[in-house]
Amino acid sequence: MKRILAFAPLVIAVIFGGFFLWGLNPNRDPSEIPSVLIEQPAPEFELAAVEGLETPGLSRADLTGHDRPIVLNVFASWCVPCRAEHTVLTNLVERDGIRLFGINYKDKPKDAVRWLANLGNPYERIGSDLNGRIGIEWGISGVPESFIIGTDGTVLFRYVGPVVGDEAIAKFREALTQAGALEERNS
Amino acid sequence: MHRLLVPLVFMILLPLSAQAVEPDEMLADPVLEERARVISKDLRCVVCQNQDIDSSNAGVARDLRLLVRERLLEGDSNNQVMAYIQARYGDYVLLKPPFKPSTYALWGTPIALTLIALLFGLNIVMRGRRKSALPELTEAEERQVAKFIDNEKSGDPS
Repeated sequence: MKRILAFAPLVIAVIFGGFFLWGLNPNRDPSEIPSVLIEQPAPEFELAAVEGLETPGLSRADLTGHDRPIVLNVFASWCVPCRAEHTVLTNLVERDGIRLFGINYKDKPKDAVRWLANLGNPYERIGSDLNGRIGIEWGISGVPESFIIGTDGTVLFRYVGPVVGDEAIAKFREALTQAGALEERNS
Repeated sequence: MHRLLVPLVFMILLPLSAQAVEPDEMLADPVLEERARVISKDLRCVVCQNQDIDSSNAGVARDLRLLVRERLLEGDSNNQVMAYIQARYGDYVLLKPPFKPSTYALWGTPIALTLIALLFGLNIVMRGRRKSALPELTEAEERQVAKFIDNEKSGDPS
C-alpha cells in the first residue's frame, strides 16, 4: 500500500500536466461554442427579399434539393470583416462553383443594396432578417457566420467569424470538400 | 457651489441607474417583467460569454431578452422559455449547466475532491493520535533514565 502511495505525486503531476498541456494548445479556442445545429435539420424560416434588390428572398425550402451541399452566409453591410470575407466568398462562387445563399442580418435595405452594388453580389438568394429573429433560429452570436448545408437540409458545418486568411480558408475548404461541395484538387 | 453640486450628484447617481435592459424592452405587466428578469439572469450572452443577457449590452443579448418577453406574453412557463432558447443555442447558453452524463465530471469533481481531502486529513490526524500513544517504559528503563538524569545533574560525564 505504501509503495503504491509513493507513486501518488507522480500520478497527480501527470494528470495536472496533461490538463495544462491541453489548456496550452494554441489550436484550442476556449470561447468556441459548439453549435447544436450540426447534424440537425436546418431551422424553418422564411425571409423576404432585401427591399430594392432584384435577388429573391430566402426560405428553408430554397436550401434543399440542390445537387451539392450549399453555403449559407450571414452578413451585413455594417460588419467590417464581412467586407474582407466577401472576396473569399466571391472566389468560391466564381472559381469553385459553390452555390451561395445569404441572410442579410439586421441591415438597412438601402445600405445592403449599396454594399452589394459596390462589391458585387455572389448570392443566389438573400433573405432580409431585419430584426435578427431568424439569426436566433440559427443560433448565431454575431456576423459573419457561414453554414454548409447538405442536400437534404442537414446542417453539416458552421464557421463563426469571417473566412479570411489562409488558415481559415483552408479550414473552410476542407469542410466543403468533406461535405462534397468541392472537388478535391491536387494542386 | 450649487453649480458644481448638481452635476456632481448626477455624475454619482447616473451610473447607478445604468443597466442593459432598456425601457422600451420592458413589459407593461410587472409580474411578467419580473419573470423575464429572472430568466435573463440564467441565460448566458453568447457574445460576451461570462455575462448573463440581463446585464449585457450586446445586440444578440438584447434580441434574446426581447424573445424571452415575447415567449412569456404568449403564455410560456419559465421552463418552456429556457427550453426554447436552449434548443437554439445549446446547453452552453445556460449559466447553470444541466446534470447529465456529459457533465457528471463537472458537478462531481468538487465533491470528489472534498472527500479525498477529508480522507487525507482524517488519515493524518489519526496517525498523530497513534504516535502519541507510545508504549510505557519498563521499570528497568525508568531506572536507567533516572540514573542518566542524576549523572547529568551532578556534572559527571560518564
